[in-house]
Amino acid sequence: MSAPSFDIHYIAHLARLSLTPEEERQAAAQLGHVLDYIEKLKEVDVTGVEPTAHPFPLTNVVRGDAVSPSLATQEALRNAPSEENGLILVPKIVE
Amino acid sequence: MPNHLTISELTSRLAKGETSARQATQACLDQIQRLDGQVHAFLHCRQAEALAEADAADRALAKGPAPADQVLLGVPIALKDVIAARGQPLTCGSKILANFISPYDATVTEKLRNAGAILLGRANMDEFAMGSSTENSAFVTTANPWDLERIPGGSSGGAAAAVAADQCISALGSDTGGSVRQPAALCGIVGIKPTYGRVSRYGLVAYASSLDQIGCLCKDVRDAAILLGVIAGHDIRDSTSVPVPVPDYVGGLARDIRGMRIGLAKEYLIDGADPEVNRAVRTAVETLEKLGADIVEISLPHTDYAVAAYYIIATAEASANLARFDGIRYGLRIDGADPIELYSKSRGAGFGSEVKRRILLGTYALSSGYYDAYYLRAQKVRTLIRRDFLTAFEKVDAIATPTSPTPAFKLGEKLEDPLQMYLSDIFTLSCNLAGICGISVPCGFTSHPKLPIGLQLLGKPFGEEAILRLAYAYEQATPWHLEKPPLARSMPVTSDFSLIDKGHLGPVK
Repeated sequence: MSAPSFDIHYIAHLARLSLTPEEERQAAAQLGHVLDYIEKLKEVDVTGVEPTAHPFPLTNVVRGDAVSPSLATQEALRNAPSEENGLILVPKIVE
Repeated sequence: MPNHLTISELTSRLAKGETSARQATQACLDQIQRLDGQVHAFLHCRQAEALAEADAADRALAKGPAPADQVLLGVPIALKDVIAARGQPLTCGSKILANFISPYDATVTEKLRNAGAILLGRANMDEFAMGSSTENSAFVTTANPWDLERIPGGSSGGAAAAVAADQCISALGSDTGGSVRQPAALCGIVGIKPTYGRVSRYGLVAYASSLDQIGCLCKDVRDAAILLGVIAGHDIRDSTSVPVPVPDYVGGLARDIRGMRIGLAKEYLIDGADPEVNRAVRTAVETLEKLGADIVEISLPHTDYAVAAYYIIATAEASANLARFDGIRYGLRIDGADPIELYSKSRGAGFGSEVKRRILLGTYALSSGYYDAYYLRAQKVRTLIRRDFLTAFEKVDAIATPTSPTPAFKLGEKLEDPLQMYLSDIFTLSCNLAGICGISVPCGFTSHPKLPIGLQLLGKPFGEEAILRLAYAYEQATPWHLEKPPLARSMPVTSDFSLIDKGHLGPVK
């Protein structure tokens, strides 16, 4: 029994991952197998149980609104694939 | 040779002038040179810079005893390539970051530098910390120094192998589902994962933000206590870091363990585990009992659901964390007809298959229509798992388990079936889900071939002192920590092959 409609093509698009047809086929099979295993989570009675997003819940962790040194522009840009005049060059977004 | 020493042994000899930081660093570099063609623990080694740092340490040592806070002065340490160090590569074992140079130091890196450590190089790992065997590195596969045909464990396999092979004195790794403890067990060394929030994650490339912690890979428990003491502490730059004071982990080590209560969970004594592993762990628990600990039977009823809950939560968080690798600001960029194609192609080419699998699984678990059934449900099961532990810790100070159900398996053995690989983490995952601490300490070997077995001690939140104390007592009562893989034994750097044939007699310290 496989998980309901695990549409690998759609999920890959959501994840912005380009897969070859062979990769798609393999991933679908392997993940179907994993999802079958994960179905066992449905055996657990979780009525009234709160979800845990973080093991040690801290709230309102803020810092004062004070300016402090940050990463210099040149440092921040050193790994940019394409850069000019202190700006990262990207493909056109709007025609 | 000084590369065979522990942190405490080396710092003691440095203080007495019996060796120098340069000698120690050179010895590590020589060992890397000698062994890394077979072990492949390192992705990058910074010879000139490390020696320069060693010289600076020697100048400082010449002026007098090291200041109290410089507990690592002159000690060569390796970093898993997922922890940022300014000016050094930060590949995370991935092609997508193959040429990335980190512009900043992680908080732990700063702390190591301030403590006087020498940064030796970048240790190999499973890509983006996703894996249990270090076979998912995009660059090389690390081998286990005890048997080069076997895995060192993962994802901190390079770091663990480097420590086991005496290529460095100690190392830092990261642990999201067992990635420090399991390779420590498989390589016969000590590995500790602190409580979530104990050590800053600032500068740790995120895999699963609610599960990740930086951990220590060391030759003995005292070293783990020393190193943990250096890296632990609240950090305002990590909003999940907890403001709890750091105790004196080293000072507390030799305290009496009589009357401490150790829990044995029946759910952890499983049939699927190697019988030699079960036997070694049972014997270890008996040793702890002889040393004065009380053994208490406990139950962790939701153990069976840990793997499933982990692979939903971790992959969901990973799918969000890895969205930043889009080819725009850094990393591999492959052009496309439009931005979406650019993202897809860059990520398609840059990520390996295990990373893609996990991103796909996580994306699915979070997608509309499935979020409640998978992610939300897994988080509720996580609450139940955490409750199991907190309830158990009302009756016990630590829980003893095997670290891994089997010793190191052969390279390639579990690559076909990801699920088999996932199931091998059964004993370590719950610790991260529950946010508690855990340490793995050597507790014996399998007979044929001779492979290390690890005992895991799980502690309550911020209960590192208790598990360190128990681990120390156990270690000092047993011979395992004195054993090294035959490969690591020092030989003169010479081409005289008759010397190599003679081998070496006894442990080298």
